[in-house]
Amino acid sequence: MTTNLTQILSKADLEALKTRAHAALDSDALRVVVCGGTGCSSNGSAEVLIALRQAIAAAGLAIKVDLLDESQMDALSVDFSGCSGFCEVGPIVRILPENIFYVQVKAKDAKDIVERTLIAGQAVDRLLYQDKNTGERYIHRDEIPFYVNQVNIALTDCGLIDPADIRHYIAHNGYEALAQTLEGKTPEDVVQVITDAGLRGRGGGGFPTGRKWGITLKVPGEKKYVICNADEGDPGAFMDRSVLEGNPHAVIEGMILAGFAIGADEGYVYVRAEYPLAVQRMRLAIRQAEQSNLLGDNILNSGFGFHIKIKEGAGAFVCGEETALIASIEGQRGMPRPKPPFPAQSGLWGKPTCVNNVETLANVPRIILRGSEWFRQYGTEKSAGTKVFALTGDVVNTGLIEVPMGTTLGDVVFKVGGGIRGGGEFKTVQIGGPSGGCLTKDHLDLPLDYDSLRSVGAMVGSGGLVVMDDETCMVEVARYFMNFTQSESCGKCVICREGTKRMLEILEKITSGQGVPEDLETLEELAETVRDGSLCGLGKTAPNPVLSTLKYFRHEYEAHVWDKKCPAKQCANFKTYWIDPARCKGCRMCAKQCPVEAITGNLKEPHVIDAEKCIKCGACMDVCRLKAVELQ
Amino acid sequence: MSKSITVDGIQVELNGERNLLEVVRKAGIQLPTFCYHSELSVYGACRMCVCEIEGRGLQATCSTPPEDGLVIHTNTKKTMRIRKMALELLLAAHHGKCPTCDKNGACRLQEIAEQLDVKLVRFQNNVDLIPVDSSSPSIVRDPNKCILCGDCVRMCREVQGVGVLDFIRRGSNVRVGTAFNKPMADVECVYCGQCVTCCPTGALTVKSDVNRAWEAVYDTTKTVVVQVAPAVRTAVCESIGCDGEMAMGKLAAALRRMGFDRVYDTSFAADLTTVEEGTEFLKRLETGEKLPQFTSCCPGWVKFAEQFYPGFIENLSSCKSPQQMFGSLAKKHLPEILGVKREDLVIVSIMPCTAKKFEASRPEMVTDGMPDVDMVLTTQEVIQMIRQSGVVMKEIEPEALDMPFGFKTGAGVIFGASGGVAEAVLRLATTSEAGGGVMKFNAVRGMAGTKETSVDINGRTVRLAVVNGLANAKALVERIKSGEAEFDIVEVMACRGGCIGGAGQPLPNDMPARERRRGMMYDCDSMQVVRNAGDNPYIKEAYANWLGEPNGHEAHELLHTQYQNRRRIVGEPIEVRPSTAVDKAVVRVCLGTCCYLNGAYDTMHNLLEIADKKGLGDRIEVKASFCFENCQGGPSVEMDGVLHSKVTPDTVAQFVEQVVEPHLKQKA
Repeated sequence: MTTNLTQILSKADLEALKTRAHAALDSDALRVVVCGGTGCSSNGSAEVLIALRQAIAAAGLAIKVDLLDESQMDALSVDFSGCSGFCEVGPIVRILPENIFYVQVKAKDAKDIVERTLIAGQAVDRLLYQDKNTGERYIHRDEIPFYVNQVNIALTDCGLIDPADIRHYIAHNGYEALAQTLEGKTPEDVVQVITDAGLRGRGGGGFPTGRKWGITLKVPGEKKYVICNADEGDPGAFMDRSVLEGNPHAVIEGMILAGFAIGADEGYVYVRAEYPLAVQRMRLAIRQAEQSNLLGDNILNSGFGFHIKIKEGAGAFVCGEETALIASIEGQRGMPRPKPPFPAQSGLWGKPTCVNNVETLANVPRIILRGSEWFRQYGTEKSAGTKVFALTGDVVNTGLIEVPMGTTLGDVVFKVGGGIRGGGEFKTVQIGGPSGGCLTKDHLDLPLDYDSLRSVGAMVGSGGLVVMDDETCMVEVARYFMNFTQSESCGKCVICREGTKRMLEILEKITSGQGVPEDLETLEELAETVRDGSLCGLGKTAPNPVLSTLKYFRHEYEAHVWDKKCPAKQCANFKTYWIDPARCKGCRMCAKQCPVEAITGNLKEPHVIDAEKCIKCGACMDVCRLKAVELQ
Repeated sequence: MSKSITVDGIQVELNGERNLLEVVRKAGIQLPTFCYHSELSVYGACRMCVCEIEGRGLQATCSTPPEDGLVIHTNTKKTMRIRKMALELLLAAHHGKCPTCDKNGACRLQEIAEQLDVKLVRFQNNVDLIPVDSSSPSIVRDPNKCILCGDCVRMCREVQGVGVLDFIRRGSNVRVGTAFNKPMADVECVYCGQCVTCCPTGALTVKSDVNRAWEAVYDTTKTVVVQVAPAVRTAVCESIGCDGEMAMGKLAAALRRMGFDRVYDTSFAADLTTVEEGTEFLKRLETGEKLPQFTSCCPGWVKFAEQFYPGFIENLSSCKSPQQMFGSLAKKHLPEILGVKREDLVIVSIMPCTAKKFEASRPEMVTDGMPDVDMVLTTQEVIQMIRQSGVVMKEIEPEALDMPFGFKTGAGVIFGASGGVAEAVLRLATTSEAGGGVMKFNAVRGMAGTKETSVDINGRTVRLAVVNGLANAKALVERIKSGEAEFDIVEVMACRGGCIGGAGQPLPNDMPARERRRGMMYDCDSMQVVRNAGDNPYIKEAYANWLGEPNGHEAHELLHTQYQNRRRIVGEPIEVRPSTAVDKAVVRVCLGTCCYLNGAYDTMHNLLEIADKKGLGDRIEVKASFCFENCQGGPSVEMDGVLHSKVTPDTVAQFVEQVVEPHLKQKA
């Protein structure tokens, strides 16, 4: 970044910069925004950006070098943005101000984009998003069904601004909440606004943020800390990563405001080392904020100072638990400790500490700026605002979504997600990550908010939402998540360490066809004991996948144990391959392919598989052109 | 209104209890626990003490602060289910056969399984056995029996300030281990054995020398003599219910019946230590050199100082410990007195301590190829031997100890309690030629971890500190280092309460037990006619006949020793990139603290990269090594026995060009 940043010493300075940056960024001049999130980057968006710049230069158009260069006000700007959410169709390129939305763009498409869109003002049809269900193509981002039903608060500006340039954030009202607060507001005022807004912890717990701040404010102490929990460890979840990558300054501003509210002058961002881009963007953002005097000593000449450090975690799931996270920052082994004392009383290095999730903090500046009433208009009475989910699984549209709290499960799956991929039928949703629970067809009308989810044995969690179709074996789902939690258990408390291991053993036994009826009883007893008796949240919630699948899909367990059948036909040990004599023409292809000579039959006569010999490799099925081989 | 909590319907008044568990126990309910230890920080992991608190649900009582008005239920369907399940899970993961386990009968896992009537274990133990670590001279670690309560980890770190044990790995693969999984003999363990005293199972046990002792006793060519340490008598008292003198007499009788040839008292050697150490101290006080003088009776503390405070090695008294003074003196003079050959004399110590086993094995404690003390048995081991022999202590008549090394003063006895050594020296130092010294120094007595006082000796104020527990010692030494505190003499005992709380003592070895034993020590002292070490007639005789002057030449030869700087990490270098090439160059990069701070890690990193770039990756073997003692010249790199200084990340390319490549050419 070659930007020369000026010191911002007052609210007026900030206003002035905002006016200039806003004029430059949101003018009528064309802006090409290439998604530089992890998903799009992995698909080659860096090459796309380079190709676009080359093609633009080749076409003789000027590219803006610096945002605020007056002599270049009408020049084109070509920047990276953070994640746009719709990772599945990346690399994504947006053309502003019209907001043309190109998907799966390759470097070779650059020339067409420049010539046909930037110069001729037309859309390149083949690059437009096409709805898989209806076949309809959409030119503009905001018409796409995936986006239509979303409301962006935490993700605002993600995918729109350049996270590597603080002035982009400032152009979009960045640090205004901070400036307003430092001009005459008290910590109590800030706590009050957040409390009134009804913001609750987005990391999964759902604890009211205002209350947490209020408690930490009241605990006496010269030194206090704010910790931003970015140790996002759920498989398939990337909400926090996307916010850090796409709009790091919102998190920084949120942390400074939190610091002001509780009386802290130092903060840590605890982020997984497996998120190199997030770490890099965050580092750069911190540096730019410091250079601009928006972070550090005496922010905006107010006398209030706040410093932020980054601590990279080594990738332990349990370090998302706040006491383990604190231990990890202190250089100890990341193991939870009993609460109380809560971090608010005795946290990092024994000082009062407020731990907030990335998404929670990203919400804060907007709430301060626009007020609690504005925030409360979204969501439900007890769960205000929006929630970001990572929508994955057997759903047509996968990606990062932000919807108002209380949106029904059905709307998320069918409206935003576009329904089940591949024509299957909706079976279940695993919500809240490995320690969440599953929801069924009966829950399609269930509003997604903290309390409704808790009432059915699931949880918002950090926001993982895995949609599964009718070809999913629920025992296998439970086994999969149990495998994760048991290997991520820190091993401290007996019940979690040994209990999860034994639950996994039983689940493996059942899915491999060795289960006996008593196993279900033992499994249930174990699950309840681990839930009741574990030390920390990881252990207490680890049995959720087992308990909820046992609750809603007990018949599948029973089929495995009693009938030795996997109703979803997924568990390998239960599969039987069978040749339909009506379709088989006796071509001998399958018999030749079978590695164990389990298939017999004369030429041009239907063949038969010897189930005793069959090793269930599936080679016969792959090779049969008449689809005569079936799984039973 | 006083504050109270309702436990199972009974109102229990609060009176400073630190947690709910203490309140529950006060109500007369013995909730089982594995990881709760009143002297350690709260850990909350075993989940045995869970209770239902009205309005709060299930909570572990050990980690819940008592609050007025709580209503708790200890025995509910849920709490019992959790306890039994936790135990079932622990038993399923526990490898061990009770009848042959060292802890059989004293194992908490066994005890609580019985208490809770756990009869069914539905899970198979399918984990592979982990090798048992018996490398240490004092402690055997069997991870297969470990229930991961973490008591040892916290004891080592919190009470002893050493921290050689910690948890490694995750999930069900978690285990307690040492740094880099090194054997216990190669880590900073000081062998105090306090981890063993708090281990609820047989995962940590004292290395037994019982069989070796029997072998010696059964060998008719050997004359086997024992010395019994001061603190041992208190534990023997406990088992038979008598006073200390009686206990020693009965122990002597039992040992003789078992086949030991002579029974002596280490307290005699303690008197000798008092004289030598007192003389040494008065000299230092006079010259003002090497002050404060630290006592050196405790082998755990000595190793701790050698390891963590090598700068204070000069300050350690050069006196051997009583055990080793006894050993050198007895090995030199008993052959003549008893009419046996030196090589046929076997000296067995009975000690409350596990570190004494290590001390006896130190190379400094070997004369002419023969150890001064042949073997060390802990109190527990000797009680085991008595039980093996069938001798019933309660029924035998006490017998007198053998002379000359069986006579002691009260000063020699109190060596077993924290403050005892200091008091013995003070008694000696305050006694003039005419006698009449002070015999009681209350300021140095008691169970407090750190005691500080000053005493007038010959018109001079002597500043004195007494510490027990190595974490307390660490804190005190840090204060001395920083200049915050100044002392002339410091007594350090590694174990809480001194030797009476040593890891060789029978269980329970908790605060109340130690307090009781401390009382017995001082009772025993006050029963002695002679209470000043300088007045021990046999000591006087020893000087007259054998030793000459205190601190004189012969005394120095026999009774004093030296110490080692153990700061350096030793061991095999770590293979960073091995090479199978015949014509390879082996480069070792020092990653010791100084070299590391000077960029040695980047040097190594660059070296690997340069080797790859030059296509020499498979011919340059790179190893990470510990200190080459070339700290001024770091980063240090060694190749073929030649040390190269200042190989920085920037100059390592030059090093490869000018040193490694010519070397490789030569080899090819």
